[in-house]
Amino acid sequence: MHPFTKHAGVVAALDRVNVDTDQMIPKQFCKLLTREGYGRLLFYDWRYLDGEKPNPDFPLNRPRYRGASVLLTRANFACGSSREHAVWGVLDYGFRVVIAPSFGDIFYNNCFKNGVLPVALADAEVDELFRRAEREGYRLSVDLEKQTVADDGGLRFEFQIDPARKESLLKGLDEIGLSLQHANEITAYEKKRQPRAEMHDPAGVDLTAATPR
Amino acid sequence: MPPQTLYEKIWDAHVVHEEPGQPSLLYIDRHLIHEGTSPQAFTGLKAAGRAVRRPDLTFAVMDHSVPTKNRHLPILDDTARLQFEALARNCRETGVRLFDMHSRNQGIVHIIGPELGITQPGQTIVCGDSHTSTHGAFGTLAFGIGTSEVEHVLATQCLVQFKSKTLLVRVEGKRPQGVTAKDVILAIIGKIGVAGGAGHVLEYAGATIRALSMEGRMTVCNMSIEAGARAGMVAPDETTFAYLEGRPFVPRGKDFQVAVDYWKSLAADPGAKYDRVVELRADALAPMVTWGTNPGMVTDVTGAVPDPNSFSDPVDRQAAARALEYMGLKPGTKLVDIPLDRVFIGSCTNSRIEDLRAAARVVAGKKVAKSLKQALVVPGSRVVKAQAEKEGLDKVFTAAGFEWRDAGCSMCIGMNDDVLPAGERCASTSNRNFEGRQGKGGRTHLVSPIMAAAAALEGHFVDIRRWDVDGAE
Ligand code: SF4
Repeated sequence: MHPFTKHAGVVAALDRVNVDTDQMIPKQFCKLLTREGYGRLLFYDWRYLDGEKPNPDFPLNRPRYRGASVLLTRANFACGSSREHAVWGVLDYGFRVVIAPSFGDIFYNNCFKNGVLPVALADAEVDELFRRAEREGYRLSVDLEKQTVADDGGLRFEFQIDPARKESLLKGLDEIGLSLQHANEITAYEKKRQPRAEMHDPAGVDLTAATPR
Repeated sequence: MPPQTLYEKIWDAHVVHEEPGQPSLLYIDRHLIHEGTSPQAFTGLKAAGRAVRRPDLTFAVMDHSVPTKNRHLPILDDTARLQFEALARNCRETGVRLFDMHSRNQGIVHIIGPELGITQPGQTIVCGDSHTSTHGAFGTLAFGIGTSEVEHVLATQCLVQFKSKTLLVRVEGKRPQGVTAKDVILAIIGKIGVAGGAGHVLEYAGATIRALSMEGRMTVCNMSIEAGARAGMVAPDETTFAYLEGRPFVPRGKDFQVAVDYWKSLAADPGAKYDRVVELRADALAPMVTWGTNPGMVTDVTGAVPDPNSFSDPVDRQAAARALEYMGLKPGTKLVDIPLDRVFIGSCTNSRIEDLRAAARVVAGKKVAKSLKQALVVPGSRVVKAQAEKEGLDKVFTAAGFEWRDAGCSMCIGMNDDVLPAGERCASTSNRNFEGRQGKGGRTHLVSPIMAAAAALEGHFVDIRRWDVDGAE
């Protein structure tokens, strides 16, 4: 995973509350087999008119947001479906930071697996950022080490983040690799508790022929 | 030790490794996978040269994109076909059990887990699907995860987890006739909001919850995620044990007794502390109908579409105005006056046998309204379908003008051909009324199975308390 330390970039403001992951990557694109190429699909139904023509009414299509890499939005962002495609879309579109008062729980987790930093700020702070983001070319600098969001107009907000999450993002850690360092403990746990998938009536259960019984 | 909640007991029993200030490594007892969110996980696993640690604890099923008719024919949707093939190949290569679309046990992942007894009290269960919270009805810690976490569980049978806060939702009182488990959970979400459970695991308790069947409890737990919660759960009791006994993956004989003794110890200790408590009276509830584009935008059927200006918070006001525009609704319109184009009875919220029985009782001997373009019944699993056919429910539905389909997610998400067309309005027993959820531009109203059935007959919502229907779950 890419580490995340600092980032500075243009802010794109999406003034909508409770944006769900169905909006971020609609279901038809959840049939793909890869993790790549979801940037073009992000906010698909909002972003495009028929024939993938950009919808001029959709905030992110404003020319001033071209090249934006910090997404500013409202509470409960990316709630709903667990689809990690939503984060893959955010990242591939070019966003490295998402700022909102709160996030959907699964999306928040998924961000950390993909090197995207979700920044939760107080409602009033987010309101202030929305006001400032009305200025064309508004930029924010985000420093994960210091846990700050700042602009060149003297604004500086601190944000909270769990220390363990922070470290894994700063170092771009391979979480699976880390967990596998505890393989002995996992084995010991399995011996002690023996979680078995009992199947008392295999004849009555219809598995695909290829699967072992 | 201080008194513990159900959540804390399950958590403690599954900690493999913990350090102060760090998230815990939690053991996962059952890992459910489906074609939609697993392919990239298997690809990642393979690329890193890692194996599936416990194929015996992993269960795969095809559900999201499966056709609900003519399943014997080749799959014309190439992207869906490739996903099915990838799942079958990944299961074959790693020894994971697969219920493919031709299995007699195929169905929506959250329907077949409980139905086969894969889901049991006290377990941890994860799946790359947010409605994994359904399984919490058994006193199970069950939650949805992303694809990277699917890969993590495949490789380690564990997950790195932060402890959630606990929220006790106590529901007391007798449900009035015509008020179902679906109405109870919609009322809870309406009360606490779509982010009201954020950061929390919900535990549902109180006489109303105790009186629900397992199927009703699953309906409630299913929609915990729609309140923003990580998971929802109900302490196991005699209703739970009776449901599980004899199911294929449940221990038998002496082993079953041993299991029940353990399951009985899971209920919260007297005096256990929750971070928050919410209370609700079920006897004051009426049947619920959503009017907007998230499940918290809900009111009872006697109500009207609200005026966005009635919301004090500017963000809520704007969201309501946007929702009404998308839904094509005017403030003040009575819910019973909203005409429908389609009705969908299905999804992991409401497609179990009791749901279909209750809906069938409503439609028996009647006809779907002429104004309706389609009325669809999609059983949650092939076992449900077979049982319903044994009871003749399929005939009741088809005689009334419903289509009777094969099992899958269907028009809950519209990943197969069962799509709600743009601009059309649907009464749906599913769990999400998000923009475009059932089809781009489609307008969804979430309701209970009996409300959906009655709405199909009348062509609009009705106060089913006035109908003499058996208010089953
Ligand atoms: S029925 Fe709907 S909510 Fe349930 S698993 Fe399928 S798509 Fe998800």
